[in-house]
Amino acid sequence: MSGYSEERRYTRDVETAVFQYVAAFLFLWLLTGFWQLQVKEPEIYEERAARNRVRALPVLAPRGKLLDRDGRVLVDNWPAFKVMLSRDELNMDSLPLIAEGLNIPYERLWERLEEIRDEVGPEYRQIILKESLTPPEVAFLDAHRAELPELELLRSPRRLYPRDGRGAHVVGYVGEISESELEEDEFALYESGAEIGKAGIEREYNDALTGTDGSKLVLVDSRSRRVRDLDLVEAKPGRSVRLTLDLDVQSVAELAMDGRRGGLVALDPRSGEVLAMVSTPRFDPNRFVGGISGSDWTALTEDPDYPLLNRSIQAQRAPGSIFKPIVAWAALDAGVIDRSFKVHCGGGASFFGRFFRCHRAGGHGWVDLEQALMHSCDVFFYTLGKELGIDRLAEYSEKAGLGARTGIDLPHEEEGLVPSSKWKVRLYRDRWWPGETISVAIGQGALTVTPIQAAYSMGGLAMGGVWHQPHLLPYDEMRELRPGFEPPEPKRSHVDPRDLEMIVRGLWDVVNAGGTGARAMIPGEQVCGKTGSAQRVSRAYAQNSDDPRLLDDAWFVGFAPCEQPEIVVAALYENGEHGSLAAPIVRDVIKAYFDKKRRLDWTRRQQEGERPRPEPQRGPEKPSLAAVEEAAR
Amino acid sequence: MSDERSWRDIDWTLLGTAFLIATLGVLEIYSATRNTPWDNAHIRQILWIGIGVGLLWVCSKIDYHWLVEQSPVFYSISVGALFVVFLFGTTVNGAKRWLDVPIVPNLQVSEFVKVVIVLLVARYFAGMSRERATISAIAKISATVGIAVVLVKMQPDLSTSLSYVAILGMGVFLAGLRWKWVAVALGIILLTAPLAWRSMKPYQKDRVTAFLDPEKDPRGKGYQSLQSKIAVGAGGVWGKGFERGTQTQLRFLPEAHTDFIFASYAEETGFMGVVFALILYFILLMKIVNNAQTAPDAAGMHVCMGVAALLFFHVFVNIGMVVNKMPVTGIPLPLMSYGGSNLLSTSMLLGLVNNVRLRRFTN
Repeated sequence: MSGYSEERRYTRDVETAVFQYVAAFLFLWLLTGFWQLQVKEPEIYEERAARNRVRALPVLAPRGKLLDRDGRVLVDNWPAFKVMLSRDELNMDSLPLIAEGLNIPYERLWERLEEIRDEVGPEYRQIILKESLTPPEVAFLDAHRAELPELELLRSPRRLYPRDGRGAHVVGYVGEISESELEEDEFALYESGAEIGKAGIEREYNDALTGTDGSKLVLVDSRSRRVRDLDLVEAKPGRSVRLTLDLDVQSVAELAMDGRRGGLVALDPRSGEVLAMVSTPRFDPNRFVGGISGSDWTALTEDPDYPLLNRSIQAQRAPGSIFKPIVAWAALDAGVIDRSFKVHCGGGASFFGRFFRCHRAGGHGWVDLEQALMHSCDVFFYTLGKELGIDRLAEYSEKAGLGARTGIDLPHEEEGLVPSSKWKVRLYRDRWWPGETISVAIGQGALTVTPIQAAYSMGGLAMGGVWHQPHLLPYDEMRELRPGFEPPEPKRSHVDPRDLEMIVRGLWDVVNAGGTGARAMIPGEQVCGKTGSAQRVSRAYAQNSDDPRLLDDAWFVGFAPCEQPEIVVAALYENGEHGSLAAPIVRDVIKAYFDKKRRLDWTRRQQEGERPRPEPQRGPEKPSLAAVEEAAR
Repeated sequence: MSDERSWRDIDWTLLGTAFLIATLGVLEIYSATRNTPWDNAHIRQILWIGIGVGLLWVCSKIDYHWLVEQSPVFYSISVGALFVVFLFGTTVNGAKRWLDVPIVPNLQVSEFVKVVIVLLVARYFAGMSRERATISAIAKISATVGIAVVLVKMQPDLSTSLSYVAILGMGVFLAGLRWKWVAVALGIILLTAPLAWRSMKPYQKDRVTAFLDPEKDPRGKGYQSLQSKIAVGAGGVWGKGFERGTQTQLRFLPEAHTDFIFASYAEETGFMGVVFALILYFILLMKIVNNAQTAPDAAGMHVCMGVAALLFFHVFVNIGMVVNKMPVTGIPLPLMSYGGSNLLSTSMLLGLVNNVRLRRFTN
């Protein structure tokens, strides 16, 4: 062996001992690392490990359906997919792939992420990246599940509204909760990104319609592949809500309003149930689902026809002659005239030094109240207005439900306006000039009503002074929804039956005796009604302008049958020129109501084994008002 | 010298400890590879252990003096082999480390070069006088070993090349280190560090930055550090239980049966298991050092300390990486990580130590 083994003992005791100590020290140093992680704060890492492997996926609850009074579906849901993004897992390198696969422009995706970054909130909370995925997008996500663990495909039921916008204003629409709504008490429990009802019934009964989302805990591996489900809390679907609307009546009302701008309300005056409610022009509520695009929103808000306006409760227009029955009631009830009161109409009359014209230049001759209603004689009602004075007129108008919200269960109802001397002082710091009353007496001047007020006031009057609050949710449904709910008491005012019969007789004449509303006549049904043609601007101004928006508004309010009416319909046909043109709209709706009723009666009788009898074909027939006529003579 | 070798002279503590560690390794490999494409890895590991025991026996049997004497020849062959790897090696994950030779596929040559370098360094320093080594002497051996270091570094495999430096460093340390030189060397390192940083490859820089702040980019380069930390922490004091570590089983932990096997082990056995394993490794090291202290000559002492330095480097860097005290680097944990080359080279190194032990009373 060579020289290096010659030495007996070649030791480096110091150096090897140094190594031992250094090794021992460094091992202890490593151990402190494990101590820190495993003994001092294992919870942190246990929690992070749990977050790694357990993914909580929301199981989205579908919103409740909206049904008509017979349980037919008005608004449903359709199964859609949306994609959620886990921000804490986002790999920036995947962005171009995500952008391409989901058809999101890269810049927009980037901007969205920048926005989100500024939001507070835990990073692991998932955000919605895109909703209503198309089938190719769903396929893309399926195929790239392993590469894009930050994305999660979610089943999310979406709202489906009728495409043509039928009923759009009543049911409203849903959309993502806004910043300002988040701060309202009503939405205290909602988080940003939640879908809420934004308008109409969707908004009014949002709580009931909104379900409770469930959740699914899924064990995933590092490639986000599901290993197994750990826990499932089923989603509780929102409650389906049945409305008072009658799809048959509603459909006919929608058709009748097609091509016209305006609003229509059909009520059951015995209960206040809304049978149909239409506003035209319509909009497509589907565009709001999942966020409306900027261009769509601009198009809707800048449309001169204001399609988002629910005209049936928000259009405040001068009622014109449909106001006359209330004036008639006021004058009779206040005792300023009796039932035999007559006025001579010579095509106009002077009041307070100003000449007021009747709509018929040649005049109506001597007219009583019944004839005055039938022919809508202005001079007669000028006279009543003069006798009543503005404040009594206002008092009765308010009793009949004008100038205040009816309280229908829809958001953003308008009040209309009933002018009075107090109102004028408050607003203009000026006294009421008696001459102004004359215009108000024929439904012009500062007086405005909404279609629902028109139906409500006429219905209550025809019911003999009982005004039931209009509502879209049946009271039995309401009791289930809100335990302890008590239907509001109807408002009552004194209406002398004899006064009422005289007014009703006049309104019957309007339709059935060759009056202004003859187009509302339905053979076999006792339809009463009143036309209204309300000036938008002064007659002279309108004649010199060719703006179609300055044409008179056409109104018609009809009800049937004459006594204890089952249905009252008010139609506002904006710029329809003459009330007689609104009459057929109301006729169609009332006819639809009775057609259905007769069909059901017939079916029921058949089922009960009765021999079906053909309906007797009755012509227009004056109701038997013998007692009243006797009293009047 | 006598050829009588008693069974009693075998270092049973050393080999028993090593075997125990290897057993823990097999169990953890089994647990970490269940339901994965490598689910027969533990069987192969057992096979490697069998071969390793054979190699260990061979390396104990042949007199280490002869091995040390022939080390320049082995080293020449090693450098040649590293050249062959450099030219014809198989590339995996961007690194050319493996040689696809018929009988032993995927042979990682650089692992076996360690054994040679231990012998070479031992020969060089044991051949010197008792005087402290001169700078020129140190420069000479550094230059020689440097060839292998550079070749391995170019594969690129920084950690293995650094393990050679660890062997060399231990040799220099034992040969007699002048603290003045250490100070000078440290000064040079501090001065050149910024230059080194600039010349580092982007992935190396990423690893260092990821080491400094693993949370910064959790899906990117710091992913391994972070997942390892989570796995270790989630183990808690008592561990999740065998086959029950979620980080490991659901494969959030990368390289759970190779480089990060200690993280899987820590998750499933907890702090208690960690203490147990670290004690085993410490016993292993101390037994090796003990053998160095009882070595019959300078060569034996140098061989043992070279092995101790190498194994300590591996254990410290690997476990340090698992517990986020060292940057992530592809370095196996001796005796536990799955992989034939490392297991076989470790067996050979332990064989050498045993070799020295068997001959401690000779001469």
